[in-house]
Formats: sequence, C-alpha cells, structure tokens
Amino acid sequence: MSKEPVAVVGIGQTRHVAARRDVSIAGLVREAAQRALLDAELTWADIDAVVIGKAPDFFEGVMMPELYLADALGAVGKPMLRVHTAGSVGGSTALVATNLIAGRVHGTVLTLAYEKQSESNAMWGLSLPIPFQQPLLAGAGGFFAPHVRAYMRRSGAPDTVGSLVAYKDRRNALKNPYAHLHEHDITLEKVQASPMLWDPIRYSETCPSSDGACAMILTDRAGAARSPRPPAWLHGGAMRSEPTLFAGKDAVSPQAGKDCAADVYRQAGITDPRREIDAVEMYVPFSWYEPMWLENLGFADEGEGWKLTESGVTELDGDLPVNMSGGVLSTNPIGASGMIRFAEAALQVRGQAGEHQVEGARRVLGHAYGGGSQFFSMWLVGAEPPVL
Amino acid sequence: MTREIAVVAFGQTDHRRTSDELSEVEMLIPVLHDVLGQAGLKTGDIGFTCSGSTDYLAGRAFSFTMALDGVGAWPPISESHVEMDGAWALYEAWTKLLTGDADTALVYAYGKSSPGSVRDVLTRQLDPYYVAPLWPDSVALAALQAQALIDAGHADEPALAGVAARSRASAATNSHAQLSGSVPQGDYVVRPLRTGDCPPVGDGAAAVVLAAGDRARRLCARPAWIRGIDHRIEAHALGVRDLTDSPSTRLAAEKAGVFERPVDTAELYAPFTSQEVVLRRALRLDDRVTVNPSGGALAANPIMAAGLIRIGEAAARIHRGESDRALAHATSGPCLQQNLVALLEGDPR
Amino acid sequence: MPEVLKAPLVVEFPFTRSLGPVQSAFLTGLRERVLLGVKTGDGRTLVPPVEYDPVTAEEIHDLVEVAPTGTVTTWAWNHAPRRGQPLDTPFAWVLVRLDGADTALLHALDAAGPDAVHSGLRVRVRWAAQRSGAITDIACFEPYDSGDDAAAEPTGHDGRFADPVTGIVAPARLDYVYSPGRAQSAHLDALAEQRTVGERCPSCRKVYVPPRGACPTCGVATSEAVEVGPRGTVTTYCIVNIKAKNLDIEVPYVYAHIALDGADLALHGRIGGIPYDQVRMGLRVEPVWTDGGRHPDHYRPTGEPDADYETYKELL
Repeated sequence: MSKEPVAVVGIGQTRHVAARRDVSIAGLVREAAQRALLDAELTWADIDAVVIGKAPDFFEGVMMPELYLADALGAVGKPMLRVHTAGSVGGSTALVATNLIAGRVHGTVLTLAYEKQSESNAMWGLSLPIPFQQPLLAGAGGFFAPHVRAYMRRSGAPDTVGSLVAYKDRRNALKNPYAHLHEHDITLEKVQASPMLWDPIRYSETCPSSDGACAMILTDRAGAARSPRPPAWLHGGAMRSEPTLFAGKDAVSPQAGKDCAADVYRQAGITDPRREIDAVEMYVPFSWYEPMWLENLGFADEGEGWKLTESGVTELDGDLPVNMSGGVLSTNPIGASGMIRFAEAALQVRGQAGEHQVEGARRVLGHAYGGGSQFFSMWLVGAEPPVL
Repeated sequence: MTREIAVVAFGQTDHRRTSDELSEVEMLIPVLHDVLGQAGLKTGDIGFTCSGSTDYLAGRAFSFTMALDGVGAWPPISESHVEMDGAWALYEAWTKLLTGDADTALVYAYGKSSPGSVRDVLTRQLDPYYVAPLWPDSVALAALQAQALIDAGHADEPALAGVAARSRASAATNSHAQLSGSVPQGDYVVRPLRTGDCPPVGDGAAAVVLAAGDRARRLCARPAWIRGIDHRIEAHALGVRDLTDSPSTRLAAEKAGVFERPVDTAELYAPFTSQEVVLRRALRLDDRVTVNPSGGALAANPIMAAGLIRIGEAAARIHRGESDRALAHATSGPCLQQNLVALLEGDPR
Repeated sequence: MPEVLKAPLVVEFPFTRSLGPVQSAFLTGLRERVLLGVKTGDGRTLVPPVEYDPVTAEEIHDLVEVAPTGTVTTWAWNHAPRRGQPLDTPFAWVLVRLDGADTALLHALDAAGPDAVHSGLRVRVRWAAQRSGAITDIACFEPYDSGDDAAAEPTGHDGRFADPVTGIVAPARLDYVYSPGRAQSAHLDALAEQRTVGERCPSCRKVYVPPRGACPTCGVATSEAVEVGPRGTVTTYCIVNIKAKNLDIEVPYVYAHIALDGADLALHGRIGGIPYDQVRMGLRVEPVWTDGGRHPDHYRPTGEPDADYETYKELL
C-alpha cells in the first residue's frame, strides 16, 4: 500500500525579534498558527491534530508546555504530540506531522515550533552546571568552533569564506520581512572587522537569539485539492541520528547527515542533487557550516564546498541559492529554526517567498541539525505532486 | 486497509526508590538488550527508534542525547524523541510503521525521579502565569480531584483504600514492582489522599518492540496487535474542567474501537487511586474486567515510562495467552489532562 | 563497590514572562484589587481570564469585573506546606468560583482546619499587603459567612489601568542531587589520584574517556578499565575570547580537543603554558594538576615534536 501524498497548504511565521514583550508564550505560538490557517483559508475546526516542537523546556522554564498551550492551539479534544530532538526539532516535528497524513491517520494537521528565548537566557539553558564536570566553555560557538577549524585544515579553505556566508545571509534577510536581523548598513568589511568570539568564528558569523514561532498546515491529496493557493508537495523526508561522541566520529561531515540526505534523495528520485535541486534552506548557525553542509549534503565533493560559496553559487541570484530567507544566521528562535527552514523551502516551491523568491524554484531542500552534529532532519518539497 | 502492527516484545527494569549508582544509560541498557533479545533482533535490524523522557526529571537540558548511547546508533539510525511519556513515543513509532517506511520499531522510555522532588518538579508543567507561581504540587491537584469525586458521590475513602489494596495485592506477582503486598494506607499526604492513595516515587525504564504484519508473526508466537490507538487532550486549566470525568479518555477509547466489544483486561495509568475511579467510569469498565493486574502505577511509577509500561503489560498478557483483548491507557498533565488509549488483541486461540 | 558520588545540583532562574493584553489586565487588576474575568462567545465568564476559549479556540478579550467573594467547588487539606506555596501554615488548596464567574480559580484558603472546610463554603479574597501585579497579590482566600450567596452579575470593564503590568518575573528553583553513575564515578575516583582512566568496549575494543558506561556505537556496557595518557595530542581547538559569567578563566584562552595516548576519542581541556596564538593542531601536551582539583587545571606543551596530521586525523 502506498503512502498518502502530503502537501503544505498553509505557512505562518511571527516577525522574529530579540524579545516579543507584547505577547505571552501562547500569544506567540497562536500568531504563527493563525497566519498558517489564514494562508490555507481554514479554521480551527478543520484541524485534526497538532504536532508541536521546541528545544529544551528549561529555555522558558515550562515543563512539557504543550499541556498549557493546548487551548491556544485549538487542540482541546484533539490529539497533540510534542517532539524534542535538539536543534533539529523544528524539522523533526514537521516530519512527525507528515507521518500522520502519509499513514492516513489524519487528513489535516497543524504543526508548529517555537522558542521564546527572552523568557530566560539560552546560554544559561545550554550550560546548566553539572556537578563533577569541568566548566570550560561559553555557549554553542565554543562547541562548534574547533570543528570549523578542523574543516579549514581539511579543505584548505581560505579563512575569508565564513565572512562571505554571513555577508550573503544578512543581505538576504533584508528581503525577508520576518527575519530578525535587518542590518541595512552591512558590508563585507564590517563582517570581517567584527571581533573573534571563538576563533575562528567571528561575532558577525554567529546567529542571534530570537523569539519566534513557525507553523504549517499539512494535508492529504483531498485537502490539497481544496487549497486556495498552490501547495508544496513532499517528495522525500528523513531523520537520522548518531551518538554525540564516539570513536571515529566525523564531526565535520557526520555520517548521519550523509545518510539522511541520501534517503531523501532516494525517495525523491534525485541522483544529482547539484543539478536537480534548485535551492536549499540549510541550518547554518555559524557561517562556516554552509560550505561544510554543502559537502555533507552532496552538493560538492569533500573539501570543495567552500568553492561554491566563494564563487557566488549560493547567492540569491546564484546557481544554487542557499538560505534565501537569511537563514539561522539572521533568525534563531532555536526550537523553531528547523521548521523555518522547512517552511521557507515550501514557500519557494509555492512561489510565495516574496522578495527573496528564487525564480522558477521547483524542488527545494529544507535541512536541520542538532545536538553535537548528530541529529538530522530534512525534507525535499516540490511544486508538482510526487510521482507515485 | 491499514497495516497490522503489533507489540512483539516488552521489557522493564526493576523499579526502585533510587538508582543513584547508575546513570540513565546504564539503567537503560539491560532493558534494551532484553527486548531485542526477546525479538531476536539487533539494533541494525530495527527500522525506527523512538523514545520518551523529560529533561525536568534529570535537571539537565538535552538529557535524552546521552541515553541514545545505549542504543548503539551506529551506523546512523532513523530516530526520534518525544518530551512525553513513552506511550506517545510508541504512538509516533506506530504512525511511522503505518507509512510503510519501517517494519520494526524500538520504543523506550525512562525516568529517574530520585534526583529531585517530583512533587515540585511537576508544578513546572502548570500555567506559568496564574498557577505555577503558587507551586501547587501533583498530590495537591490529585487531592482536589479526589474530593470532587467524593462530593459527587462516586467514591469515598474506603473505596479509594480498596483500589490501593487491590493494586498492591496484584503487584505481588510482579517482580518488577516497587511496592507490593500489604501496604498500610497511612496518613494523609494532602487530604483526602493518604500515602496509600499515592504512587511510590522511583526510577525505572521500559522498552517495547513493534513489528508489522508477517514480520510480527515471525518475531513473536502470539503478537499483541494494536487494533486501535488514539490520544486526546483537554483544556489546561483545572477550573474549566469537570474533574470527576475524563472526556478525553472516553473519546480516545471510542476512536480506538474499545467500545465495540468488551475487553478482558485494562492496564490504566492512574497514579492516584481516585484517578482509577475516574478512568473506570470514563471507560465503562465493569467488574468483569481485570484492571491493572500488574499493580499499575500504584505499584511502580517511573515517570515518563509508566504509560509505556501499561501498553507493555497489556501486550505481555496477550503474549502469554492471559488476555485476548486488552486496553492500555496512558496519561499526561495535571489531573488526567491528556490521555492515550490503545486496544490490543491476540489472534484467536 | 566504591561509594556513590553525589552532589547538589540547583537549577534556578528568574524567568521574565511577558503577558499579552488579557493576562496583563487580570494581573494589573489584582494589583488594584479588581478581579477581572473574560466573556466567551457563548456568554460564559471565565475567571481567571484565559486568552483563548478552551471550547472553541477563539481569541477572547471582552473583560468583565467579578466579585471578590465566591464559593469553594473542591478542596484539599495541605497540612505540610512546601516551598513557594502561598501560606506557610497548614491551609486548604481550593478551587473557587467567584460570584459572577462560571469557572473556578485555584488558590489557597486560610482556614482553622480541615473540619472548617467543605465544598460550597463561601469565601472571599484576602489581598496581599504588597501587590505587584501577580497571582500572589491574592494572599489567599478566607471563609466569609455573609450568608448571601446570590450570584452577582459581572459588570463590563475596559481592562485599562494606569501603569499596566506587562510582564512578571517568575523565579523558579529546583533542587536535585546529581550522581553521575558507575562508569563516570570510577573515572572521577581515578582523577582524584591524578590518573585518567577510561573504559574499553568489549565489542569494538575502542577506549572511551571519559567513559559513560556504554559504547555508543555498539550499545553495550563497557567495564574494562584502561589507563590512558597522561600525554596527548591537540587535535583541534578554538581560542575563546568571550568571558562566561560563572567561569573563572581569563580570556583569551585555548579550548582544545585532546586525544590522550591510548584513547580512541578526544576529550576537552584548556591549553596553558604557551601563548594562546602559538597553539596548533598536533601540539603534544600533558596535564597540569593543582592541589585538590578534580580535573587537570590545564594541559601544557611537552616539548616533543608535533604529531603528524595523519596520526590523529581519525580522532578529529
């Protein structure tokens, strides 16, 4: 028995900012959900189930917040699932929701991810003091910076590549009204002059801390037929995990990422991603991860990813645009960041991305990762229904 | 026609007040090996893995990432995690198998309540603006529900004591139980609930293997087929709910097909005696149904695993031929806010 | 078996919560000793006011004022109050339906004892002397024997107050006792003797340090103790220029992945005894211990020639 095709018919985001002081946590998620319903021209009564995701509960200090959010998300009397797979959670949450439709459990599902980081402080949440462990680090940048150095050593990339990514993503963000950072006076020189926080990672090559939510309405073939706007169709979706630390782990290009991409490409019938995929929304919290993931996802040979970035291929008007929305480097409500990638990929194939639309985007990849580069979730969406 | 999916193996730790000599992963490994061994499978044979746990019990963010070490996720595996009881991890795995993307799934859950004060920890689940600042603990909220039940004439203290005594007597045959046999009803913790009405606080883990169709038949002599599984949530605020009823349980049971024919067994996740009364009414269970032959959560309540254990216990009775049609229930949130019901059946004998 | 290691773990943070208009009006009202509810589309009055109708999911915001008196709908006697709860003497938890409301609010009731409490009891709000716009502005409820329980009709309220409360600070503290488990305890015990001991996987034979009790690739328990180091190789690193709040390390410093000789993956440590900008991949280092330290304070160069990239690239 084949799977039910899955379509994205509604997308909503909040305008991401450092602190949404005008709304409660419920008000924040509600705003994204309401916009997704509006986009799909559906009401709360049309939703069969809700799948919600976010990063650690300690970030807002609310344990299992789906309980408190049930009312705001119209879930009362309905099934509600809560996913948590670290940084990849926004993507994983969307994929759990797709299974409800693909497995014909439900017809129309609301999926949503959020983080309201202004309620606490991400650095606190990420580094709760564990007894007997030596506190050595400040923030996620320090965790990832040594891997960036390893990539530079391995690929021989010139040390300017990171700043090119940051400069591109911040300019793309200017075309995205929902992006957190709108640095109108950004220049490459400013990026390159910004201080080294965790050498080799500069301040301007890191992501901000945001309050934000992202929601999508997923539906089956019948639901897609009723959609007032063009749907995005799921052509492939997968999750892969590997252990946090282990002997032989390749932290620069983790096997789980390669396997996850290969699974998605197999489902979508893609044999040459560089030619067959039109654009990518990838999870790049530190700028150097763009060339690293270009290799991991099969868009470039090992050690060659930085050449795509350097030659302008990943620019908005390039041959393989990456992070048209401005990416995680411009907007990072941690738990929602993965879903924003997935949603932005869907916006592109629906032709609804506005000023950051890639002309003629037919197949776009959404990518998320989390933990110690160990959890991956990806989907490939297309403008046409999948060939069954 | 939907795919046939069954529970083919179930394992759990002994549940104990503390397990401080073991980390979460050290506690989990024997259980994972047990269920895989029962099914004759290796990690690499498993199509999908899903777990349930909460950072708030451990007091550490991303605590589930370390538990993954016990699985042996190499080469990389298709895997997910819910910050919910493992019963919902099983639900996610069931949907994955329904899509046909996997034929087998490993589901596990664990909870160590011993490092913190679970009564205080659970207050952090509550409305963060109006309720959590008052720190009403989980026993207090259950006691409000119990009093409402008494006021409505659905129970009295002797009846609650009867639930406690029956559960722990049943647990005498459950070697994993933390509390079994004759246990005094004790003093009030929060009146009207006495020590005996409350679950023991403890640490434990559980795991289940699911398989689809013929694969299930090959892995298990008598698979426990999941004929239906559904879950529903209610409004969060206690003051807008009728605490003497559980409409979400009833709706989930209806969707799972429970009411089409009587069940012979019900494993209910009722941490408090009064909640068993609420659930029995919602599920229309009469005295012909064997309720919580394992002793239920009153005998062992490893938070985040206890709901999955209900499904596992119900399935194990089917595996052993002690049940033909069993109901399993899991709950989450204050006063039974969210409920899951699974209907399991064995092939006719 | 050696004694289990344990240490207190305190998770504490003052969360800053923004409220949104409905919750802002309610909590500001409490500061002003005004009790507000919200009307649903079908005419019910919810107190405390929620932002979204629990039945229809509609956004609701029509506020009404209700009375500070009401009726207990259910209760529970708490003879041993816990940290953070509204009263520190024995009290009853109550759900109270305020006069004019259709739903009940959770709070504490100050009463002489359990015999003085029953469902249906008439109660009134006791206001806190100091009020800031929080649910604790209601100190508690107290019995109120007016004999008059005629339901008051709620009256309309625009929810506007001077100087509205738009956010609250919700401090939360949870106390845990952390124990690291068998494998890590054994590792820590060895560190106390300035030895670094890992564990070997019985299946793949890799040596893990620090050990976590399981081989993460094989999914089996590890147990065979293996002493590694003390010397090792810097595989990669970063230079930290940002000062962490509760980290007593002067910046800049080098945070490095160090593969100790005999270990099959790198552990993390700080490099000292060499200018930070001279640290390099392949640098050979050894631990420097300080008295009473549970971990090496840092690692310093041994003076050996750098390791060849080929010898450690698998450990990156």
